Amino acid sequence: MSAIPATADNSLDLWLAQQTEKSLLRFLTCGSVDDGKSTLIGRLLYDSQLVLDDQLASLKKESHNRTVGDEGIDFSLLVDGLVAEREQGITIDVAYRFFSTDKRKFIVADTPGHEQYTRNMATGASNAELALVLIDARKGVLTQTRRHSFILSLIGVKHVVLVVNKIDLVDYDQETFDRIVAEYRAFAEPLGFKTLAAVPVSALRGDNILRLSENTPWYEGEALVPYLEAIDVSEDRTREKFRFPVQWVNRPNLDFRGFSGTVASGTIAVGDEVLIAASRKPAVVSRIVTMDGDLDHAVAGQAVTLVLDREVDISRGDVLSRPGETLDYSNQFQARVVWMNEEPAYPGRSYLLKIGTQTVPATITDLKFRTNVNTLEQTAATKVDLNEVATVTLNTDKPIAFDPYASNARTGGFILVDRISNATLGAGTIEFGLRRAQNLTYQSFDVNREVRAQMKGQSPRIIWFTGLSGSGKSSVANLLEKRLTAEGRHAYILDGDNVRHGLNKDLGFTEAARIENIRRVAEVARLMADAGLIVLVSFISPFEKERRLAREIAGDTDFTEVYVDTPLEVCEARDPKGLYKRARAGEIKNFTGIDSPFEPPENAELVLHGAEAGPEVLADQLHAFLKL
Amino acid sequence: MLDQNRLTHLQTLEAESIEILREVAASFERPVMMYSIGKDSSVLLHLARKAFFPSKIPFPLLHVDTTFKFREMIAFRDRTAEEYGFDLITHTNQDGVRDGINPFDHGSSRYTDIMKTAALRQALTAGRYDAAIGGARRDEEKSRAKERVFSHRNASHAWDPKNQRPELWRTFNTRLNPGESMRVFPISNWTELDVWTYIYSEQIPIVPLYFARPRPVVERSGTLIMVDDERLPLNPGETPKQEVVRFRTLGCYPLTGAIRSDAADLPSIIMEMQASRTSEREGRLIDSDSVGSMEKKKQEGYF
Repeated sequence: MSAIPATADNSLDLWLAQQTEKSLLRFLTCGSVDDGKSTLIGRLLYDSQLVLDDQLASLKKESHNRTVGDEGIDFSLLVDGLVAEREQGITIDVAYRFFSTDKRKFIVADTPGHEQYTRNMATGASNAELALVLIDARKGVLTQTRRHSFILSLIGVKHVVLVVNKIDLVDYDQETFDRIVAEYRAFAEPLGFKTLAAVPVSALRGDNILRLSENTPWYEGEALVPYLEAIDVSEDRTREKFRFPVQWVNRPNLDFRGFSGTVASGTIAVGDEVLIAASRKPAVVSRIVTMDGDLDHAVAGQAVTLVLDREVDISRGDVLSRPGETLDYSNQFQARVVWMNEEPAYPGRSYLLKIGTQTVPATITDLKFRTNVNTLEQTAATKVDLNEVATVTLNTDKPIAFDPYASNARTGGFILVDRISNATLGAGTIEFGLRRAQNLTYQSFDVNREVRAQMKGQSPRIIWFTGLSGSGKSSVANLLEKRLTAEGRHAYILDGDNVRHGLNKDLGFTEAARIENIRRVAEVARLMADAGLIVLVSFISPFEKERRLAREIAGDTDFTEVYVDTPLEVCEARDPKGLYKRARAGEIKNFTGIDSPFEPPENAELVLHGAEAGPEVLADQLHAFLKL
Repeated sequence: MLDQNRLTHLQTLEAESIEILREVAASFERPVMMYSIGKDSSVLLHLARKAFFPSKIPFPLLHVDTTFKFREMIAFRDRTAEEYGFDLITHTNQDGVRDGINPFDHGSSRYTDIMKTAALRQALTAGRYDAAIGGARRDEEKSRAKERVFSHRNASHAWDPKNQRPELWRTFNTRLNPGESMRVFPISNWTELDVWTYIYSEQIPIVPLYFARPRPVVERSGTLIMVDDERLPLNPGETPKQEVVRFRTLGCYPLTGAIRSDAADLPSIIMEMQASRTSEREGRLIDSDSVGSMEKKKQEGYF
């Protein structure tokens, strides 16, 4: 605990100055269930005299019937905050704790050991400079220990302390300690940690926490707290290349236009030339504005407002760098992804990607391999499940500015967000750009869609029919095509069944295959519309996400979603192909409406009620709606 | 040069908070900042002025007035709003006023539910705010220690602690579906000592109730309650005494305990705080109703 000055005169100023000059260490604790993480943090708080009298009284009250140390307290109660956790006796979320010694301030992220909540560990690691990996001396290195250590390396935590806890329960045995440390070092060797220390402790009894314990005379290292106070983790971000993601355009009046943001890395001074990553336009910094007055220079970590010497088009999401030190600017890159959601990640599905202040739609185009977090083996995969780590290729709808994560964590880490629920699905670190934006451009031809459409005297468009099998999609599409043809228009039907005989005959019915099925058909529909046709796509397309994908692929092509809404009972009674009967008999699996869901569209441009009118009437309704 | 370039702990915290405030302004359509008039609110207001300078704070400040706030708080609020020229919205639960809800006849828990928690929900719904910025800190209380900086609320303003969005780096997921909202806590990573040292070094004005002065108080089951106006019913034989007291935390005067103290200026407060062996929220009566009561309140929409 920090020494408190005796009087409130100028010695307080001195003391306050010392307070602010302390360095800050952010670390996290991780390990397996019951390794004693919460007990260790509780012990750190208790030994730093940060447990207050009223907390202590309520802790003693709550500690009966629990394992307690000599102080009569179950320290884990200090940190296991949520009622649910107290009942289950496990930590289920990241908790942040604060303590300080004479030398340092500490922010501790207490992260869960339960497998189900591994994603939270990645969360805790993303803001940590060091990790304490806890091991129960009786159990040794476990699956979770390996998994967490791998995630630490993935997120880029460079410093690790292996805390071999409950050493009292193995009678302070050196051999046990040495064996565990040797096993862990062998596993962690390829993970590339900068420093790796190991300490035998008993969090419950206090051995080797504040000072070296008499019970482990064979241990030659430092006690835990002195080690944490002394370790140098400073990676001087000011020495890295200058990066400034623009967060907010500051425009109080017509005379002032500034760009507010936090210097992600490097330094910037008035008079320095900067370059905008997207437009490659240069400008010179004319002012660095803060409420405390203008600065001549700003460094990594500072939140400032930059004013430039000329009118340039800059908005939120732009990133400023120095000329000659620019970021990668591309729409395709390879990344490692930690998946954090129950619903797996599939290639072909569209997500929102947020990196720094940029948010863009993105698709996993290739799933290269999954990394087995226990063995670090790489295996082929078609999807990424909760808590899995995979190496993927991502494609964004428009180019983004980024750095490889290894060279800059602030500009190389991203999250993936679900486009419907808005949940955070996963996090990723960019390995390298694939430079497709630079190398692969669209060839533009003189004869374009407009010219071809004019020749045909029609507006090309995609009409996407969705609905259950037997709902009447194909019948309506057929009637509409006949009518359009009679009117002298050029139309074409892409039918789900027919396409599976040719273009998509290599695809099965797994979720990954269904997404690919939709993607290919949507691309073909777009090409046909580009050729000037009116394209009628008749596809069950039961999932909102895939329909959205189709709409996105269509891009600026006119896209009309038509939902043929016929109740399941009616479709099943019709059963034109006998499929429902076979699905009911269990001969067909994953049949929409029977054992696979149909998500009714919420954004369909038109809903046709298939039980209320015959296909001719529905085709008339659709024809009228299209106003061709 | 390199040492000059290294930010101090407080500078780091300040910059982080500013980044969060700007992210709110850039990502939401109708943000609002909760203004409780306490020291944390004063720090938050100071940070918001810094975040957007030279622009004005691009969102309104909202004060939920329970009608039992200290008179000095209300005076400070109006003075501050005038001096900095921010847009101040005050809201009181008119149903509660009509029914004469007060902490004496209805108990602290019911009173808080109606005049604070329900009032806040009303104000947020009425303003159609999609983000509400608050001054909560993770070191205050155990359930706060686990809350995200951007903390998602469903359409009925409730928090689901088991289903929080993972929050990595400073890449905040700010996206919402219709009706949902976000609570945002820019000073999550500050401690009480950080707040006081920041107030000291930035010379941020705070309500004088934090400083020790002679004030009329009554002592009830070990808690010193200030007799701020004539609405406080006195027990038989009870007479207010002048005592030199101050407040470590501010709220509704009948529910906020004073402490005996001589700390009449900031350095003395910081010293006293460092020497103190009692946690900050002890003076707030609502937390001690039952184990886990703060978590329950938060699930219901309390800040």
